[in-house]
Amino acid sequence: MTETPIERIRNFAIIAHIDHGKSTLADRLIQATGALPLREMTEQVLDSMELERERGITIKAQTVRLTYRAKDNQTYELNLMDTPGHVDFAYEVSRSLAACEGSLLVVDASQGVEAQTLANAYQAIEAGHEILPVLNKIDLPAADPERVRRQIEEVIGLDASDALLISAKTGQGIDDVLEALVHRLPPPRGDSAAPLKALIVDSWYDPYLGVIALVRVKDGRLKRGQRVRMMSTGAVHTVEQVGVFTPKMQPVDDLGPGEIGYITAAIKTVADCRVGDTITDDRNPASEPLPGFKPSVPVVWCGLYPVDADDFEKLRDSLAKLRLNDASFHFEPETSSALGFGFRCGFLGLLHLEIIQERLRREFDLDLIATAPSVVYRIYRTNGQVQELHNPADMPDGSVIDHIEEPWIKATIMVPDDYLGAVLQLCNERRGQQVDLTYVGNRAMVVYRLPLNEVVFDFYDKLKSVSRGYASFDYQLDGYSESDLVRVSILVNGEPVDALSFITHRSAAENRGRAICQKLKDLIPRQLFKIPIQAAIGGKVIARETISALAKDVTAKCYGGDITRKRKLLEKQKAGKKRMRQFGKVEIPQSAFLAALKV
Amino acid sequence: MDPIALYIHWPFCLAKCPYCDFNSHVRAELPQQRFRAALSRELAYEAARVGRRRLISIFFGGGTPSLMAPETVACLIAEAKSYFIPAEDLEVTLEANPTSAERGRFAAFREAGVNRLSLGVQSLNEEALRFLGRQHNVAEALAAMELGRTLFPRFSFDLIYARPGQTLAAWRAELTEALGLTADHISLYQLTIEPGTVFAKAHRSGAFRLPEPEEAVAFYVTTGEIAAAFGLEAYEVSNYARPGAESRHNLAYWRYHDYIGIGPGAHGRLSLPEGRIATLRQRSPEIWLERVERDGHANLEEAALSPLESAREMMLMGLRLREGVNIERLAQRTGVSLGEVVDGEVLRTAVAEGYLEWEGTHLRATDAGRLRLDALLAALLV
Repeated sequence: MTETPIERIRNFAIIAHIDHGKSTLADRLIQATGALPLREMTEQVLDSMELERERGITIKAQTVRLTYRAKDNQTYELNLMDTPGHVDFAYEVSRSLAACEGSLLVVDASQGVEAQTLANAYQAIEAGHEILPVLNKIDLPAADPERVRRQIEEVIGLDASDALLISAKTGQGIDDVLEALVHRLPPPRGDSAAPLKALIVDSWYDPYLGVIALVRVKDGRLKRGQRVRMMSTGAVHTVEQVGVFTPKMQPVDDLGPGEIGYITAAIKTVADCRVGDTITDDRNPASEPLPGFKPSVPVVWCGLYPVDADDFEKLRDSLAKLRLNDASFHFEPETSSALGFGFRCGFLGLLHLEIIQERLRREFDLDLIATAPSVVYRIYRTNGQVQELHNPADMPDGSVIDHIEEPWIKATIMVPDDYLGAVLQLCNERRGQQVDLTYVGNRAMVVYRLPLNEVVFDFYDKLKSVSRGYASFDYQLDGYSESDLVRVSILVNGEPVDALSFITHRSAAENRGRAICQKLKDLIPRQLFKIPIQAAIGGKVIARETISALAKDVTAKCYGGDITRKRKLLEKQKAGKKRMRQFGKVEIPQSAFLAALKV
Repeated sequence: MDPIALYIHWPFCLAKCPYCDFNSHVRAELPQQRFRAALSRELAYEAARVGRRRLISIFFGGGTPSLMAPETVACLIAEAKSYFIPAEDLEVTLEANPTSAERGRFAAFREAGVNRLSLGVQSLNEEALRFLGRQHNVAEALAAMELGRTLFPRFSFDLIYARPGQTLAAWRAELTEALGLTADHISLYQLTIEPGTVFAKAHRSGAFRLPEPEEAVAFYVTTGEIAAAFGLEAYEVSNYARPGAESRHNLAYWRYHDYIGIGPGAHGRLSLPEGRIATLRQRSPEIWLERVERDGHANLEEAALSPLESAREMMLMGLRLREGVNIERLAQRTGVSLGEVVDGEVLRTAVAEGYLEWEGTHLRATDAGRLRLDALLAALLV
């Protein structure tokens, strides 16, 4: 590959609300520039994980170098960063944006601006990007590009007068996008002669190559064989391979200022290759690192336990492998009297949690039980100590607690007027505090402060259902505040089931406790004796249900020829029971556990 | 020495009923002579090792033992009497089906020494008889009942209820009609689906539905009430009798006495000097026959029972009886005390919940306990 002068490099991200066609546009651009032969095009090339393709979401940022011969007969190097659309991965979006000078803001011309359109656009503005609005899906009968153009101007405050009108699906307008990238985005700036400064945008583990670092070179050159130094740790590595994604990995001789590519350097773990760190030349180091990123902090925690206790080791190894690729996810061992040995795991959000669980199931063939997600509480003890609480089961006795703080978020919700009432009601039920309410045409934009705790439990699902899918949602963390929080224990037949205990606001304790009791009542099969199921705060029972005894269970015929079989059956049941999760004399089937955890 | 009961299995039927999971087979030709000789040989084999005990019962079960040649029945009864000391009130039961062909042999069976007939009536409803795959109709059933009751000193019959689509009212009428035709003993079985049967497959595929648990309870309770109104006490889960008319043979099972089982697939429980054993014969009639002719018996399995296994068996059988289990006898017979065979906490809870109760030395299941006996046993026994 010949060296491209910096004036002919364009680095851009594609940002959009989920389902607005971001990945489809990326595919079209790849196709239009011939980066991949047609036969190798599969739908949504950049979503390489099976899970990403299936759910239609992008989880990891992806990058691809496109070579484009523009109408001015010059050949340009376009580096495309595809970014995750979901709020859980806002952190990855900000990293990707830091590697680019401009963004394509894709908006569905029939749907209009949504909450993540807004959130991503603001991030891009903050990153100093030149933003090109792109109205997608104009082939749809419901498309109303004029309305959406006005929305972009009114809500986001961007000039959308020369927004591009395209259909990523049909390919209409794709050439205009490529021309606009060339003519309307600025080229990167950088000094090829200065000491090397390259930003680690992302890193992941490859079983053959070791850690692969996705980098954006700011100054200097990054070459194969070069001795490079990680500026935060001082660790030195020899670069083994330098390359770009086309989207396949393709080695090149070096990367210069403004370029995006990858390096490998026999680095063993992603922890040694920190995202946000600056790579410099070991012999001719830069004096100052680039401004990095704020480290990502898990905000949602849950316990993961193997269904089969023998899978504990396998779970540990699998978590470690996932962690190689995803430093934003944390895990530490924990034990539960109900579930045995497992791990407390921290995630960026609920989607992140679901994805990790799903990957453990699919890629590692693990059967898991996940406890109810919990946020990180701050317990202020009467003795002045402050404790971060990841697991409701660890909540200390009320007598030593001075007060408890919980994390809050600032949520932005965009919803058609018709469903505004229902959305406001939902937010109020979830202890929300209204911050702002404005209108964009017939769509309302509501900003609420909400306790994160109230959001991790099915808020998103509820929001979708009360708005028939029309509401969109985005949030950012908004500090900690004191709350009247209690721990609710669930007792089955008088015995507490630690995995089912949860922390909630006092006002919600009874409803949720009752819902869990009812769910357990419906799902635990009737047994020999009636079984009380209770929810309690400390010693005080706040909800109670009873599973009635089974009605009839007796063999009609039992004579001399049946004894052996009958006895052996009983003996087998006995042996089976020893392996079951029992509470006193009660067997709680897996399905009941899982359902109760979802309440 | 323990008294003993004798079970003789005749594995052949005219047709296999769709609900039946017993060891029964349909054969065009029956080598009656060879079977008689083989049954005689197995009887001799068992008699030799159990010794000359008091014989309290002989039971011809099946299959359809009313398809046996009456001479075979007579011959086996005579041999049994010669090997053992027959009790004065020796009970000799034969299971029979009500087809007219079989009815024609009742007198000969009585002649042969059978003193108790157990008739497989199953229903007094034509449609139900067809559904159950029976070979007889209602008229034949009624005729066979009439004859059985006249010919034999003791007479019992079976009915199957809680059939798909059967209403409680319909069952009440059917049972009342049946009990009016008198018997001092009746077996009333709730229809259950046994694995491997034609019904199991049909039920799985949704061809019919069984009553929900609450409905099944109503059927069971009503059945007990009607039987009681006719003076028949539920002395076991599915068996009802006037006091004194209980099946002595079946009591031997439930009270966990010794019994010899001969014929294809027959089970036995024997106290021998070396300990208690469970016996099981070859199930296939042809293999059974070959083995007996070759070895004098067709043992498939002969397993020593540990004291705890014996105690479990005694409990699981005994709690089916209204009288319950005699705890002193449990210890004597198995060497295992109650505390060693049950979970004490479950026992206490079961008594507190009204599932079990004490009556002198007997631990017995209450009506509520008997309704849930399988679950109770699963929790109770260690």
